[in-house]
Amino acid sequence: MRSFPPEIVGEAVLNGLLTGAVYGLVALGLTLVYGVLHIINFAHGALLTMAMYAAFVAWQAFGLDPYVAILPLVPLFFALGYGLQRFVIGPASRGEDSNILLVTLGLSIVIENVMLAIFRSDTLSVQVPYAMEVLELGPMLLSFPRVVGFGVAFVVALVLFVLLTMTDTGRAIRAVAKERTGAALVGIDVKHVYAVTFGIGAACLAVAACLLLPFFYVNPRVGNAFVLVAFTIVVLGGMGSVPGALLGGLFIGVVESLSGLYLGDSLGQIGIFLIFILVLLFRPTGLFGAKA
Amino acid sequence: MTGRDLLPIAAFAAVAATLPLFVTAGTWLNFAVFTLIICLAAQGWNILGGYGGQYSFGHAAFFGTAAYATAILQVRYGVNPYPAFAVGVAAAGVVGWVIGLLSFRSGLRGSYFALVTLAFAEVFRVLANASEWTGGAAGILIRLDVRPENFQFASRATFYWVALALVVAALVVTRALERSRLGAQLVAVRENENAARALGVDALGVKLAAIALSAMITGAAGALYAQYFLYLDANIAYGTWISVEALLAPIIGGAGTVFGPVFGGIVLHSLSEFTKTLVGRIPGLDLVIFGVLLILVVRFPPREIPGLLKLWRRR
Repeated sequence: MRSFPPEIVGEAVLNGLLTGAVYGLVALGLTLVYGVLHIINFAHGALLTMAMYAAFVAWQAFGLDPYVAILPLVPLFFALGYGLQRFVIGPASRGEDSNILLVTLGLSIVIENVMLAIFRSDTLSVQVPYAMEVLELGPMLLSFPRVVGFGVAFVVALVLFVLLTMTDTGRAIRAVAKERTGAALVGIDVKHVYAVTFGIGAACLAVAACLLLPFFYVNPRVGNAFVLVAFTIVVLGGMGSVPGALLGGLFIGVVESLSGLYLGDSLGQIGIFLIFILVLLFRPTGLFGAKA
Repeated sequence: MTGRDLLPIAAFAAVAATLPLFVTAGTWLNFAVFTLIICLAAQGWNILGGYGGQYSFGHAAFFGTAAYATAILQVRYGVNPYPAFAVGVAAAGVVGWVIGLLSFRSGLRGSYFALVTLAFAEVFRVLANASEWTGGAAGILIRLDVRPENFQFASRATFYWVALALVVAALVVTRALERSRLGAQLVAVRENENAARALGVDALGVKLAAIALSAMITGAAGALYAQYFLYLDANIAYGTWISVEALLAPIIGGAGTVFGPVFGGIVLHSLSEFTKTLVGRIPGLDLVIFGVLLILVVRFPPREIPGLLKLWRRR
């Protein structure tokens, strides 16, 4: 194994933490949907791809800065997520695990290929003036868009936390997550809460997409790269746990950054998959904790 | 298994075998061979997913392993393609058994099994893409040497018959499984694993046998792919496309039925060709249709278990 001077390693760790926060944001939506609906949403990655294209179009057609595009995209994706759960996934799944698996897989195939049909397979990216800017932290250089992503990801997590703990909607969501039948008995509209939760998950993706776009590219398959990462984070952080998703995201960000540094780019992705498989295989009790 | 069990398969084989007598255009035979390869991969998925109820999202791991083994043995070690093909199929079986052992022993099922198989396939893809031995990102090319003893045929029709023979063999294997003790136990595990175990079924053993057999059949499709197209790279061999294709055909055609995967494969690919001629070549459009079909089949199941075939098999 090659050895690197400490400031290179430190920089890799810090950049990993910064990217990891955005990963955490992607995982946040996934873990919330899992915690409340107890479903694994395979379409999560495709929805992220879609959000990134939406942010790209906002920039190209309307000249909106990706960070400004957060404002219109969040309500848009909330509505999209709400509709998908209420009118497609919910009715089609009829409560069966395997059906949900297939329906969300079908959704992801449809979304991914609609994007392919519209935008073709070219890799696109936005040109913003601050894309290459760096912040100096001692001897280390940090990419500006990543620092913004880090900050906003934490703000979103905080907003989500406040929403879940202090509002009536949040209380209803937590009630449904804990005890679906009981929640229905006290008059909570469970189907509505499911759809709201799914909508929040999609809204998190919209934010993540806008944060990613200034330092990442978009193509029809870009979401796939994130979806396994997000699953890994969710599994690591504990299914359904909001702080777990953020911490898991930071950890995975660092792992990815370091394995990229030591193993090279093409082999670097393998670290995440291996962690994922190992956690799934050897900590299944942790996984099924929410179900059992 | 009786003669009556084999009659529909024989009828299918007889009808399908006459195709090259009517269709001689290269592109159409090409399409037919490709469809048969997909059907074969789907038949493999059907053993584990359809009869065993274990939905794998990573059958690319088996497809790719057999494809690479076949190609590498020929290109790097000068092995004749026929034994290379056999080794490829066996290698896929071993990979299937190992993945099954790891996942089933850890009690993974449902979505978790789907996720872990997906991750295994991705690990293989990254490794094949990075390793020199597999040709790396540039891929691996099998030398063109058209001789029957070299598993390369001058006429596409010959290859079509070879592919058809493998599909028919897989139909017979599936039928035999359906009629066997193992098949009954596999269905019992699918319907209710705990109940099956309470009755003394060795659930782990049954699932391991199913995944190994499943991997070998999908592996045969991969080896055939390598031998037909004579080129592989990591995104072809281990790409998610084949995992999805292998799953779509049985789900849409009728999971857990003998003819489901073949029927589904033919319907899907005819549909995709039809739309191509109708609206021109728009990338991804065929898959959009596949995805919509998948959602519709799950949403409106023709008799609870998804699958168009069940529409006609109502009893």
